Formats: sequence, structure tokens, C-alpha cells
Amino acid sequence: MNTSTRSTGRTTWVAVRAMALFTVLLGIVYTLTITGIAQLAFPAQANGSIVRDGDSQVGSALIGQSFADGDGVPLPEYFQPRPSAAGDGYDAGASSGSNYGPENPDLIAAIEDRRAQVAEFNGVPEDQVPPDAVTASSSGLDPHISPEYATIQVARVATARDLPIETVRDLLAAHTQGRDLGYLGEPRVNVLEVNLALDELER
Amino acid sequence: MVWLFAILALGTVALILAVLYRPLGDYMAWVYTSRKDWKVERGLYRVIGVDPKTEQTWQAYLRGVLAFSAVGLLLVYGLQRLQQWLPYSLGLPAPSEPLSFNTAASFVGNTNWQSYAPETTLGYTVQFAGLAVQNFVSAAVGIAVAIALVRGFAYRRSGTIGNFWVDLVRGTLRILLPVAVVGAIVLLAGGVIQNFNGFTEITTLTGGSQSIPGGPTASQEVIKLLGTNGGGFFNANSSHPFENPAPWTNIVEILLMLMIPFSLPRTFGRIVGDKRQGYAILAVMGVLFVASFSILTALESAGMGTAPRLAGGALEGKEQRFGIIGSTLFATTSTGTSTGAVNSMHDSYTALGGMIPMLNMMLGEVAPGGVGSGLYGILVIAVIAVFIAGLLIGRTPEYLGKKIGPREIKLASLYILVMPTLVLTGVALSFASPGVREEVENTSILNPGPHGLSEVLYAFTSAANNNGSGFAGLTADTPWLNTTLGLAILLGRFVPIVFVLALAGSLAAQDKVPSTAGTLPTHRPLFVGLLTTVTVMVTALTFFPVLTLGPLAEGLL
Repeated sequence: MNTSTRSTGRTTWVAVRAMALFTVLLGIVYTLTITGIAQLAFPAQANGSIVRDGDSQVGSALIGQSFADGDGVPLPEYFQPRPSAAGDGYDAGASSGSNYGPENPDLIAAIEDRRAQVAEFNGVPEDQVPPDAVTASSSGLDPHISPEYATIQVARVATARDLPIETVRDLLAAHTQGRDLGYLGEPRVNVLEVNLALDELER
Repeated sequence: MVWLFAILALGTVALILAVLYRPLGDYMAWVYTSRKDWKVERGLYRVIGVDPKTEQTWQAYLRGVLAFSAVGLLLVYGLQRLQQWLPYSLGLPAPSEPLSFNTAASFVGNTNWQSYAPETTLGYTVQFAGLAVQNFVSAAVGIAVAIALVRGFAYRRSGTIGNFWVDLVRGTLRILLPVAVVGAIVLLAGGVIQNFNGFTEITTLTGGSQSIPGGPTASQEVIKLLGTNGGGFFNANSSHPFENPAPWTNIVEILLMLMIPFSLPRTFGRIVGDKRQGYAILAVMGVLFVASFSILTALESAGMGTAPRLAGGALEGKEQRFGIIGSTLFATTSTGTSTGAVNSMHDSYTALGGMIPMLNMMLGEVAPGGVGSGLYGILVIAVIAVFIAGLLIGRTPEYLGKKIGPREIKLASLYILVMPTLVLTGVALSFASPGVREEVENTSILNPGPHGLSEVLYAFTSAANNNGSGFAGLTADTPWLNTTLGLAILLGRFVPIVFVLALAGSLAAQDKVPSTAGTLPTHRPLFVGLLTTVTVMVTALTFFPVLTLGPLAEGLL
């Protein structure tokens, strides 16, 4: 065995031991340490920001969900979320965007359909339908809609629930979140939280 | 208003990076030059069997890099192939051989290209014991190689360029691990999950059912960004609300990606003994970054193209909480570094907007580039730039007191050629090889027309530059793309490292030549302009033709 083969062999043996040590330290010790800190200091967040309605878990404050009936028809008494490309829609086990490009004919057709559907469903003219109402998000699990999209839904929700428009509007205002620190990100409405508040109103 | 919010967001990031620049840069310089080993480090060196006081030749240093990475490749491949027997695998089977190879190459090569959807492919053990470990160590390897090159400039008549094992251990224990722990706690507070719960079945408000995923996400999220790796715990990557829950965590994640690459010029300046050299490099990185962010934000806000116009804005594939600015700032950061994480789907960007992340990568990822790889990338281009300046004024080129002779120029040129060769060959073979072309067109490509070419071009650009982001409509889990992209990742990572370390060895062996009236000062605005121009020119000349067939054709016709 010549010198260079020997030193390559020696280097490889060093590499194996180093990788084993790093796997224990960075793979196991580090992961468990962070998990420990998480479960002690931030249990609610670390376990998925689960939202409860009484005793039952009804979702996660961070994960959007569908507000349609079993056949996928949107329920008029709930604020509706954005279109979703995750599985059949808001499948939390299959996060995904549509990945359709700007000239994709399927996307163009889908946007036209959604615009017509949203306008009709809410009884507003098509030019009042904001962009987030007709586009699928990146994760397919976007928990938020824009205040504009929420606003055009107020009258329809109020009618379906037999509530005064003012009540629904006030509730929406209370659940509208501004930009972080006043300038980061976009204003938004958490759809699950506002819908849960609506249900609670009627009890 | 768009511009006001864009300037405020960019300003916040720039301000925090400016505050970090000196302390973090100086700290990293100390980490790699200190003579003292920590007690725990001495224990580590004893176990792995290295003498931390011995410096290595560039060949021995390179052997260490390659052996360590080869072992990592086998380990990650093996863990995946054994997945069904590992704990916390969520009942998932082993991924196929080509996919396991692709993923192993991708994580060892600091790329984190993902041909798979993690939720349905990888259990927790492969993720934390395989992938997260590589997220740390592949980043530490990148910084180590950059520091070795910097030592090449700093050392005089030296046969050695440092000790790889010491640089690896110190980079991991003294830089990446502490920042990762702090960063993970911040992200946890923001709502990123960290548990071993598996899927939680819940009944939704309307009586439907939903499986809320779990997993050790925060621990992996932070190092995927800090080490400019980019591999998501979930398919939707950093657009998944469990990875990036709020606009402010978005800024934290952007800072994690940028803090090391933007501070390394300070480390460089410190080690070569002239901080002004660091500022010059920083200026080039900053100019390119700001230009790229501005153009991308303008294009996405304008929302050109049929679908964005119909929708009233380019929001397909973007999250409401981030909006356009939060998305474009993240995209610029992710592709200007070698991270490749996404918080919006680049495939759905406007035609010309989608070209900007591609261009960031085609620049060779030097604005500011991946941890380590960004610094060594721009220093190699600086060598080319002083050579070009030398030709213009008829002087022997020198950089930081080192003569740039034929050997140095050959190594720098070879370095520059690797990435474009891999990208263009990969794309050409995908469309020109009979049999392969049909598979690429019918199985892999999602979007019709020029956008389909853009998807394949993006994939090879991302792989060869070790970025890992994608035009994700492309179905890359095919034997052809898994294999060729995996090879592009490995060659795109390790062939340039060979040239960088050879260059380091060659520079270290030289004595310093005193600067004269004929020396080109490399800390002045003139050089900043020259280096910026050379960086852009090399890219433009190489990639303009293929860009006309993809994004330019789609956006301008």
C-alpha cells in the first residue's frame, strides 16, 4: 500500500468518526433539546396552534380549512377562504401551490370561472372581486384572506345567518389584522377565527 | 405605497445586517484564527483522531472535504433506503434508488433540491438524523473552503492552508449551532411547530376532517436557512404556515439566510489585514442584491401576463400574509444566497419576474451567495477582474499582494466554466436526447410553451449552483432528472471546490509583492464597479441565448 492510498484510508476513517459524532450531536441531541425547549416554553405553538371549540379541536389557527359542504359547494353562512391547490383543497397532508405559469390556459380559465362564481355567490359586480379570491396560495393552506375579499362577503354571510349586517361587519373589523409593526406583510383576516366567532355569536 | 413598504422592509433587513456586520464578521475571523481549542473540541479531535495543531497542504485539506462529504452521501442514502425500519417513519416506505441518490447528493452538496414531497415521502428520523445534520455540516464545509482561500491570500510562502477538521468543527460548534438554537427559539415563539406528534386528526368547523401535520420543524427550519440549505420540512417549504407563520417571522428567516454571507466579507477583510477590502466585496454584493430586489418587485407589482392581469395582481402562488413584497424579498434572498427555500411559488411568477431568481443563480450566487460559497465565488471573480484590468493597463495583475499568474488564471477560469457547462449541457441533453425528450415533455414539464423550457432551465441552474429552489411544477422524480440533477449538484459543488483549494494552495505558496504606483487599488469604487461589471458580463454572455428561448420569449411575445 502506497502513502496516498494509506492517507486516503486514514482520512476516510476520520470522516466516518466525525460524521457519527455530528449525527449524534446535531441530529439527536440538538433536535431533542429544541423539542424540550419548545414543549416547555411554547407548548401551544409547538403543537400546531390548535384551535378549540369547547372540548373539540376544530383546526389550527395557522392552517386554512375548507368551508364547503361534502360536495364542495361553499356554505353561504361562512366566510370563504382562497382557492387551494393542496390535494382536493386545504388537504394539510399535501401542502402545495398550483405552480401554474402566467400564460397557462388552465389557470386563465380557472381565474375566469372563480371570478364569475365569487361575484355571483356574493352578489357583487365582477370588478369588485380582489385578486386573492381568484388565485391559489403558495402553500394551499393559507389561513388568511384580504380585508377586501372579506368585505364583499359580509352581506351574504349576514343574510345566510339572519344577522344584521352591522354585527357581521363589526365582528370582521375585530378580526382584521394589520401589517406586522405597521409595515411588514399585508393586512389580513384569519378565516377560521372569524367563522368560529360567528358560530359563537349564535350560541 | 408599494415602494414605501418595499423600502421599509429592505431597510429593516439592511439595518440589522449592518449592525451585525462588524461583530459577527470579527467573531468569525476569530473563530478561524484562534489558537485555542475549546475543551469539548479537544475531546472531539481525540475521538475522530486528528491533531488540531497540524495544518494541511491544500491536497490534504481537499481530501478531508471529499472524504467527509462522501461519507455523508452514503449515510443519507443509506438512511433513506432503510426508512421502513427506522423509528418515527410514519409508516413510510424507502424512497426509490434514484430519488434517494438525488436527495443524498442534494443535502450533502448544500443544495436541498427536493424531487419529493416531504409529507408523503420522508419520516422524522431521516429528516432530523440525516438531512438536518447535513444542513449543519455542508454549511460548515462551505465556510471552511472560503476561509482556506482567504488564508491563501493572507499566508506567505506557506505550504499549508489550515486544518479542515478544525475549520469544520469550529464552524459548526462556534457559529452555526449557537445561532441555530437562538433562531429556533425565536421561530418557535412565532408559531413554527416542534413535536413528534405525527398527524392530528381533527373535525373542522363544517364537520369535515383534516390531518394537521406535526414534526420537529423549527430545529430544521432554522438551520436550513442559516446554512443556506433550503430544504423544506414540508412540500410548500417556507410558505407553509408551520414553517413561516407571520410577516415578522418572514423577516427573521430572511435575516438568518443573509447574516453569515453578508458578514463574511468582514471576516475576509480581517484575516487579510485590510478591512477596506471587505467593504469593497460587500459593496458589490449589496449593489447586485438591491438591484435584483428592485427589479423583481417592480415586475411582480406590475403583474404582466394574461393570468395576473385577469386576477388583478400576481398573487397566484403567493401567501396573503406576505403579499408581493414579502415574497419578492424572500425570493431575492433565497436565490441570491444558495438557500433555495421559497415562500411563494416561483413557477407562478410573471414571465420576466420568474427570470430574476434564475439570473441571481446564474450570476454564480455571489450576491451575497451561500455560506462560504458566496465569498469564494466572488473572490474567484475578483481574480478574473484584476486580470482583465491588468490586460487593459498592461501590468502584471495582482490581488492583495499576490501575483495572478498563468496558474491562478487557469484555475479561476476553470472554476467559472464548471457551472454554465453543467447547466447548458443538462438542459440540452434533456431536450436533444431521443427517449429522454419525450419523458421530459410528457411527464416532467407542467406548463406548456416556453414556460416548460424555463422549468427545465431553472432546475439545472438551481442544481449546478447548489441552490435547490425550483419552478416546482416540474415533476423531477423521474430516473433521468433525479440522476442528472444529482450529478449536476455533486459536480457543481465539488469540482469548483477542487479549483478553489488549488488556488488557495498556489496563493499561499507565494510571497507578498509590495504594492507600487502601478498596482490597481482593490478597495476603491472603481474596482467595485469593475467587479460588478465582470460578474454581470460573464453571466449575460453565457446565458442570454437560452433565456431568449424561455422567460424572455414568454414575457416579451
